[in-house]
Amino acid sequence: MELDTNLTARDFNSDQEVKWCPGCGDYSILKQMQSVLPEIGIARKDLVFISGIGCSSRFPYYMNTYGMHSIHGRAPAIATGLKATNPDLSLWVITGDGDGLSIGGNHLMHLLRRNVDLNVLLFNNEIYGLTKGQYSPTSESGKRTKSSPLGSVDHPFNPLALALGADATFVARSIDRDPKHLREILAKSHQHKGTSFVEVYQNCNVFNDGTFLNFSDKKLKDQNILHLEEGKALIYANGSKGIRLNGLKPEIVDLDASVSESELWIHDSSDATKAYLLSRFFDNEFPRPFGIFYQEARAVYEDLMLDQIEESQNRFGEGDLDELLEGQRSWIVD
Amino acid sequence: MKETQALSKVTIHFAGDSGDGIQLAGSQFANTTALAGNDLSTFPDFPAEIRAPIGTVSGVSGFQINFGSEKIHTPGGRPDVLVAMNAAAYRKNFSSLKTAGVVIVDPAGFDKKNLRLAGYDENQNPLNDKPTDYQFYEIEVTRLNREAMKEVDIAPRERDRSRNMFVLGFIYFLYNRDLDVTLNFLEEKFKNKAGVLEANRKALLAGYNYGDTIEAITRYRIEKAKLPAGTYRNITGNQALSIGLIAAAKKSGLDLFYGSYPITPASDILHELAARKNYGVKTFQAEDEIAAISSAIGASFGGAIGTTGTSGPGMALKTEALGLAMMLEIPLVVVNVQRGGPSTGLPTKTEQSDLLQAVYGRNGETPIPVIAASSSSDCFWAAYEAVKMAVEHMTPVILLSDGYLANSSEPWRFPKSSDLKAIKAPFQKPNTDYLPYKRDEREVRNWAIPGMEGLEHRLGGLEKEDLTGNVSYDPENHELMVKTRARKVALIANDYPASELEQGSANADVLVLGWGNTFGAIKVAVAEALNQGLSVAQLHLRYINPLPNDLEELLGSFKTILIPELNDGQLVRIIRDRYLVKARVLDKIQGKPFLAEEIVEAIKKIDQHGA
Repeated sequence: MELDTNLTARDFNSDQEVKWCPGCGDYSILKQMQSVLPEIGIARKDLVFISGIGCSSRFPYYMNTYGMHSIHGRAPAIATGLKATNPDLSLWVITGDGDGLSIGGNHLMHLLRRNVDLNVLLFNNEIYGLTKGQYSPTSESGKRTKSSPLGSVDHPFNPLALALGADATFVARSIDRDPKHLREILAKSHQHKGTSFVEVYQNCNVFNDGTFLNFSDKKLKDQNILHLEEGKALIYANGSKGIRLNGLKPEIVDLDASVSESELWIHDSSDATKAYLLSRFFDNEFPRPFGIFYQEARAVYEDLMLDQIEESQNRFGEGDLDELLEGQRSWIVD
Repeated sequence: MKETQALSKVTIHFAGDSGDGIQLAGSQFANTTALAGNDLSTFPDFPAEIRAPIGTVSGVSGFQINFGSEKIHTPGGRPDVLVAMNAAAYRKNFSSLKTAGVVIVDPAGFDKKNLRLAGYDENQNPLNDKPTDYQFYEIEVTRLNREAMKEVDIAPRERDRSRNMFVLGFIYFLYNRDLDVTLNFLEEKFKNKAGVLEANRKALLAGYNYGDTIEAITRYRIEKAKLPAGTYRNITGNQALSIGLIAAAKKSGLDLFYGSYPITPASDILHELAARKNYGVKTFQAEDEIAAISSAIGASFGGAIGTTGTSGPGMALKTEALGLAMMLEIPLVVVNVQRGGPSTGLPTKTEQSDLLQAVYGRNGETPIPVIAASSSSDCFWAAYEAVKMAVEHMTPVILLSDGYLANSSEPWRFPKSSDLKAIKAPFQKPNTDYLPYKRDEREVRNWAIPGMEGLEHRLGGLEKEDLTGNVSYDPENHELMVKTRARKVALIANDYPASELEQGSANADVLVLGWGNTFGAIKVAVAEALNQGLSVAQLHLRYINPLPNDLEELLGSFKTILIPELNDGQLVRIIRDRYLVKARVLDKIQGKPFLAEEIVEAIKKIDQHGA
């Protein structure tokens, strides 16, 4: 990957008019991406955005890099083929809750287990926006939409638990309304070698407005957000509450004279078991964690693939086409 | 001294239970026969189940080989020799044997249990009531082979597994074959299993020596075929196709990427390519058919030649992605090794019923070139050409093979790499003005790949504005783009060589027009019809879409066009639709290739009744 340190956020604006609905959370995500890329400093020629179908998937059109707006749910598979062909690219898969978890769920989980070195940004707005408001695989059960007038009977996915279950090597959550946090997570996901899975809570102000209000509203968010910081205790609600582990059972404790910080759960993103427990802080009495849940160094798919090719060439020599054509048992007819 | 009789051509059908090692014995006989200098064609035919019910007719596995001192175009019609390892194999195949043919049977396979499983009355052993005009060799293969196994250190339950080698040894004796090819093969295959190696060696030699020992047996000699001078190898369709993809990638200077999901009968292409990593081949066993083609599209976007292979049901799943590849206008080769359909159909049987799917089966106006291989070795040339067409015209290309071509083998006078045509990718130069959808006189756009400086651009499945490739909903632009993409594919026909009749003249009354695996059967049939004085010619299509520019004129000179197809009439619809000519179909939908005699009969009928 070539570096280019002279880039600014504006260099990443494409010549296309951005056409998301006014007020859509996607604008913020686009802006944070365009701001963080100059800091990362990869040359535009080595950056590729691949998306599927949905509101979020229009993203590549707005980035002045290489990009492909592909077909519904298939971006992970397309990106895998691209990365196998050219491992020297900074590759970003842009997907949504419908694209990545419904029609493309199969590809997503296989991408995660293979650990191809790329970044997946899953814009989760818990609704189908582009098709005008049907419930999605992350919509809460009971949700009333055009396709569920009596309330959805589907049980929703927990995207991060799913990613951890598929042995993802980088699992994080952020939100459109916290630009600083989002930029930080984007930069960290870029730094991780392997598949980085980042769920971004994104408000659809037309079809699902306020679904993440608990995590974006100034008055509410402190009570509901738990910021994960490496090596630090799990504390929230302006330092008034913390999480303690009783064996494998997390407990909410009031931080007063009776409980000291040293008794609390210290965040360790290399611990898969704890990461899974954190992923279950989901629609229950626990605050919603944001940040890096889990991170692990594991061999990446395209390196293993190239290693095999190299090993095979070392062992058998680089393939000679005429030998291949002739095969092992030929004969001559005079 | 045994009597030796010279023959110009023989067809042998090996048949037994699907666990009897019939395919192995058959392919060994084919390899040995090829090296002995005969021309040949094979037809493996086996059940879809790995171990179909033992002893039953549905569990019978067959391998037919037609070989001779003359040019061989088909695996033969009715066999001269039937090897039947059990009653079910006999029951399934005896009726198709030539009158006065040779039957080789193991009586142990005709005990009461086997008779019952094969559907015979257990007291009515057909061997007790043999037709007298056939020549039967009742060889106690099981008993004799067990004798031979006495000195070998293998488990008792393993000892019968080498019976196929005993029979093969006997056949080698009958046809004066050398044992070296198979002995070498066994040594390689079982190099880490001394007991099994010894068992198979012993069995092969015991079978051969048995032939040498018994009295009153006629041996056969088949002279070398008078093939064009050159160096030959034996090759199956799937092998040839795999090598064709590698060769084309090498000649184009592009990396070969093959994304695939296991499916019969295409999986061997994945196996072949996965074993060629030292050629730089990247194989990707995808999670499903859609991921297989999508990964190939990603590879092509990155500047490799993306390829994928499948069979009918998988092709159906790839449909949407095919549309994307056409819209992106990037190179891609999609191989469909056709099998019996619809739905899961007949996985191990052959058919040509995905032609209309290949030509038309997509949403929207989605023209994609379609080319078809006509023999096992031709799969090499078809694959080579598919890559060349895809790269040079920036388009997905569908390559049709089928289960029969895939598994059959024939001698192939392979080319030298230096004789292969050059393949040139239309890359855009970095740091130049780039309009992604600007086209040359062939309507082909230039290829810019991630990593090239100054050519950053976005592609997608939404309709594109002419030249820029930006999303456009403009009505006139959409029509322009649809027509442009159609013209681009139509212009590919300018690259084709002139269409030439295989046999017969343009003045003939009847044209037999074929595509794909029917080539060999039509070749033999038309030659026979010409011999009988009928007014007939043969034309075979490599290019189904776009059709050759000179085809209309050529077709126009015949009173009747007969199209033999292993489907319910697909090419015939395309030909009628396109040229408004009187074309009739000879269909066969039995999961088996045509017999030449079936085509001869159809030609005769036309000749009697007129066009």
